[in-house]
Amino acid sequence: MTTLRPTKPILAFIIALLAMFALFRPAYGADVHPQVNALGQGDYAALESAITALAATGDPAAAAVLDALSNGDLYVRKSDGAVFKAVRAGDGYALTDLVTGTDAGTAARSDVTKIKVNNKIRGQIRAASGSLTLMNPDPKLRYAAAADVFKSADPAQIPLLDSVIAGEKDTGVKAMLVQARAAAVLKSDMSSDEKVAAVAIIAARGDQDALAILTGAGAAGADPAVKAAADAAAGSIEGQLQLWNGVQNIWYGVSLGSVLLLAAIGLAITFGVMGIINMAHGEMVMLGAYTTYVVQEIIRTSYPGLFDWSLAIALPLAFLVSGGVGVLIERSVIRFLYGRPLETLLATWGISLILQQAVRTYFGPNNREVGNPSWMSGTFDLGHLAITYNRMWIVVFALGVFAVLMLVLKRTPFGLQTRAVTQNRPMASSMGIRTPYVDALTFGLGSGIAGIAGVALSQIDNVSPNLGQNYIIDSFMVVVFGGVGNLWGTLVGAFTLGIANKFLEPYAGAVLAKILVLVFIILFIQKRPRGLFALKGRSVEA
Amino acid sequence: MITAFIFRALDRNTYIVLGLLLAVGILLPLLSLTDPSFPLHVPTYVIALIGKYLCYALLALSVDLVWGYCGILSLGHAAFFALGGYAMGMYLMRQIGARGVYANPILPDFMVFLNWNELPWFWYGFDHFWFAAIMIIAVPGLLAFVFGWFAFRSRVTGVYLSIITQAMTYALLLAFFRNDMGFGGNNGLTDFKDILGFNIQAPATRGVLFFASALALALGFLICRAVIASKFGKVLIAVRDAESRTRFIGYRVEGYKLVVFVLSAMMAGVAGSLYVPQIGIINPGEFAPANSIEAVIWVAVGGRGTLIGPIVGALLVNFGKTWFTSGVLAEYWLFVLGALFVAVTLFLPKGVVGTLLARAKARPTSTSAPAAVSPIEASIAAEEGA
Repeated sequence: MTTLRPTKPILAFIIALLAMFALFRPAYGADVHPQVNALGQGDYAALESAITALAATGDPAAAAVLDALSNGDLYVRKSDGAVFKAVRAGDGYALTDLVTGTDAGTAARSDVTKIKVNNKIRGQIRAASGSLTLMNPDPKLRYAAAADVFKSADPAQIPLLDSVIAGEKDTGVKAMLVQARAAAVLKSDMSSDEKVAAVAIIAARGDQDALAILTGAGAAGADPAVKAAADAAAGSIEGQLQLWNGVQNIWYGVSLGSVLLLAAIGLAITFGVMGIINMAHGEMVMLGAYTTYVVQEIIRTSYPGLFDWSLAIALPLAFLVSGGVGVLIERSVIRFLYGRPLETLLATWGISLILQQAVRTYFGPNNREVGNPSWMSGTFDLGHLAITYNRMWIVVFALGVFAVLMLVLKRTPFGLQTRAVTQNRPMASSMGIRTPYVDALTFGLGSGIAGIAGVALSQIDNVSPNLGQNYIIDSFMVVVFGGVGNLWGTLVGAFTLGIANKFLEPYAGAVLAKILVLVFIILFIQKRPRGLFALKGRSVEA
Repeated sequence: MITAFIFRALDRNTYIVLGLLLAVGILLPLLSLTDPSFPLHVPTYVIALIGKYLCYALLALSVDLVWGYCGILSLGHAAFFALGGYAMGMYLMRQIGARGVYANPILPDFMVFLNWNELPWFWYGFDHFWFAAIMIIAVPGLLAFVFGWFAFRSRVTGVYLSIITQAMTYALLLAFFRNDMGFGGNNGLTDFKDILGFNIQAPATRGVLFFASALALALGFLICRAVIASKFGKVLIAVRDAESRTRFIGYRVEGYKLVVFVLSAMMAGVAGSLYVPQIGIINPGEFAPANSIEAVIWVAVGGRGTLIGPIVGALLVNFGKTWFTSGVLAEYWLFVLGALFVAVTLFLPKGVVGTLLARAKARPTSTSAPAAVSPIEASIAAEEGA
């Protein structure tokens, strides 16, 4: 007896809970056989009310029942008026009790009658099924259903929404339901006080959908108070959306700018600091991208668990590969051409052809697939701005590379030597700096950074032998625009050109925007032949 | 005065080059019209191929005029070449008339395809050959004038100029790819039928086009020769070698540069206009910056600063290209071309012709044989003697 004693309060609690359920959500979890069986009683009018009653229960089985009804699979047993789903089996029907989901034996053809539906009923069933999902246990499905109701904004669903809102616990779903109700209220013939309140709720949403609803409510021209409220709200949303549009353009511009910065930053070293016209710069980027591809292939075949680390592994390798090739080029070709920039241009163009063809011969001419690690895929919302993770990381990465490069050049002995050699070669040499060695390493640094850029660009661009060609002209434009020999100029130049491009695009289209930017740069160079942030002093007139 | 200008250009080497070009220009087309059983018969495709090379040679000559003699490395000469080509292509498109796929007597096929109703204004006049012929020279010349006016006046020099000329041709490439531009977009202009009423595919027409290319190249050579031999040419070389000094002496450097840049662009335009009817198509790909740089390498291989060099270079490199890309070695052509760029800049900075000339000059016997001296050096010597 003693062991059984606690059961009594628990039982009482459960009963109380069930009673609460019965109060707040009529019949939820209770037996819905009566409502189901009601479907089989009488004419279309009775059927309509029976469907509404069944849907109002919110019982999970109701969806299956309504589905069967609209498909014409629902039958009434003449003997007791019970409703089943019936499927032809031999001479008779196999019956299923949809409420319990159990087999209910068979029936002869004469024992059952099909419940007939017409198009009006089908329409009603669709609406009822939609509202049923509003009571689904899964909050995500409820949210999606609420969003659907928001779009349809059917005034007939207001009572249903009212009851669902009262029972909803999830705040996100509840907010969506309230908005859906407000949208429906604006289309209904409810009092203008209710409508003004609804306008406020919709206005708080502040997006394109809200704007459409409010314009509709304002244009309806029913009540002056509602119209005034709707127009005011629509106006403020329009202003906000325009602002967000601007913010979005800036973000896209920053994103494009970060790509330009990545592509150009290595060139800012080789061309800007050293004065070498390296037309093979784009191919260094390409080599970095292919290094990423090779790393990912090895990981895919041998260590699949490491895939999320593939970029981290590829970064140092890409730096070494591109940097190594860069040092090789400097030692074998470029050092013989110092002081002859036009010849350097031609020789490095030749090298770029050789590198492209080498990659094409070895890896094939087609695009290679480089995957996104999980932390780089997907999007998140910032206000009304959808930001993809890979774009965001590339912006962060570009700025990070820039910062590291600045530190290397300004705070390390190597950076000091590099600056010394570029500023005054004979003096640096006489102070004991091995200038050829510094030349090779600086060129290697610039090329290695291009390789690192290739790792990042492999995430958003096609990895093909032509990858570098797409960036070479843009890179030179950025460096020349920003001012040769000035890394800050490259940073400002990249973001300026990126943002300018994205602000022109909505008006001019992508291609024309690019052409306009190119023409702008050509004209700009006429005005300031040394770029935005020109170096001053005697070294300029070398 | 003009006759004096031209006559000064006519030294022995010039006669040889002109004679050679005209002989080839007359002989090869005639041989191509002979019976195929004739032992010296030249197939039509060879005529088309060499005709193409001659156009390239004229383009190379125009690049050499600005780069070799004035120090302006233009990486955008393909733009002038392509503009000349488009002007000729537009004339040829209008000659198609109602024989297009859509049989529209006014609009070219691509405009019918794009649902355009009337001819854009910039196509007016291209049904007349004389108008097209003016445009072939005027459009590249005008672009070069506007571009050079700004660039030279603000003293954009060296690699900066190279980079913005490249940006110019790249911008044009992007622009001509757009369908809205009204130049056939991606596909360009093709499917030509007639030129001046003659079937463009007929061997005789091809022969005449070939002769016209050789004649244009010969004329281009003569003009370049005359320019170089004149006092104007001396100033150009001075600008190339010491721009600031020339300016301080009192010459308006930008004016000299502008004139030679426009002249060169016009020559490139003529080259393009002869290229298009022989190839049968012009599309935006011709604007690609890579094409301009390739033209520069022809000049570098042949020898910049000589007038025969670019012609020899263009012929050599393109024969090599045809030979390589038609065989099993096609895949390795870019290796060869790339290696050519590197090798020429490292080991043959004067190019093939320049190196040969320098060697000939170094031989003691050549001092008594002025014929072996390069045309420029001869003219410089003449000037100094005068």
